[in-house]
Amino acid sequence: MSDIKKFMYVNRRAPYGTVYALESLEVVLIGAAFDQDVSLAFIGDGVFQLKAGQNGSDSDQKNFSPIYQALGDYDVTKLYVEKESLEERGLTLEDLMPLTYEDEDDDYEEKDSIRVISRAEMTDLLDQQDVLFNF
Amino acid sequence: MKYAIQINEGPYQHQATDTAYHFAKAALEKGHEISRVFLYHDGVNNSTRITTPPQDDRHIVNRWAELAEKHNLDMVVCVAAAQRRGIVDDGEAQRNGKDATNIHPAFRISGLGQLIEAAVESDRLMVFGD
Repeated sequence: MSDIKKFMYVNRRAPYGTVYALESLEVVLIGAAFDQDVSLAFIGDGVFQLKAGQNGSDSDQKNFSPIYQALGDYDVTKLYVEKESLEERGLTLEDLMPLTYEDEDDDYEEKDSIRVISRAEMTDLLDQQDVLFNF
Repeated sequence: MKYAIQINEGPYQHQATDTAYHFAKAALEKGHEISRVFLYHDGVNNSTRITTPPQDDRHIVNRWAELAEKHNLDMVVCVAAAQRRGIVDDGEAQRNGKDATNIHPAFRISGLGQLIEAAVESDRLMVFGD
């Protein structure tokens, strides 16, 4: 295997209207076994994927949002959410699921996985990646 | 340059697989390498040998198969996405008790690890879709 690359999964769609969000998570979970430098980005309607209180029962779809809460256990600990995308949809950080991980380099202290960043910061972050998966 | 290609949309409905095909063909003609073509989401529908377009239209599945044969391409269909959408090979038919197969022999069904591996080992991952 080559050197470690910076992998970013870019989530741009709402969770249930299409299958992209669910199948993106499946790639993230498999990819976690490959020991790359992984992060997730949530932009546009993708920010709805992290909304608290999801319930798919009326549309006969499985609520897969608990998988996001398990990401920390897979060492997927960097979830970047674009501030402007939240604001444009009337959302704030408080509307999202609380997602945390235990930092093994800091005495297993519980830390927040979600990092709200500006559109300009997101642009820089995308530019730094080696591999971008778009969903 | 070594490229990996991911196709996320099905044939005829969407241009993604056409663009991916022309990209792959042009890259190979220029001497570049295609390490793997990976079909995901509705892109798995590009692998069914049952596809029958009108005679005056391009045959997207056969076109990929011919390119793969000429350049010895590794074309992989995601197993989880394929199961959801009814793309079946002999092994999957046996495992899941299905009475038919429909995959074109130019493609093989495997896991998402093949996509990650291709992204790690290639210089560029090209994603075709919306």
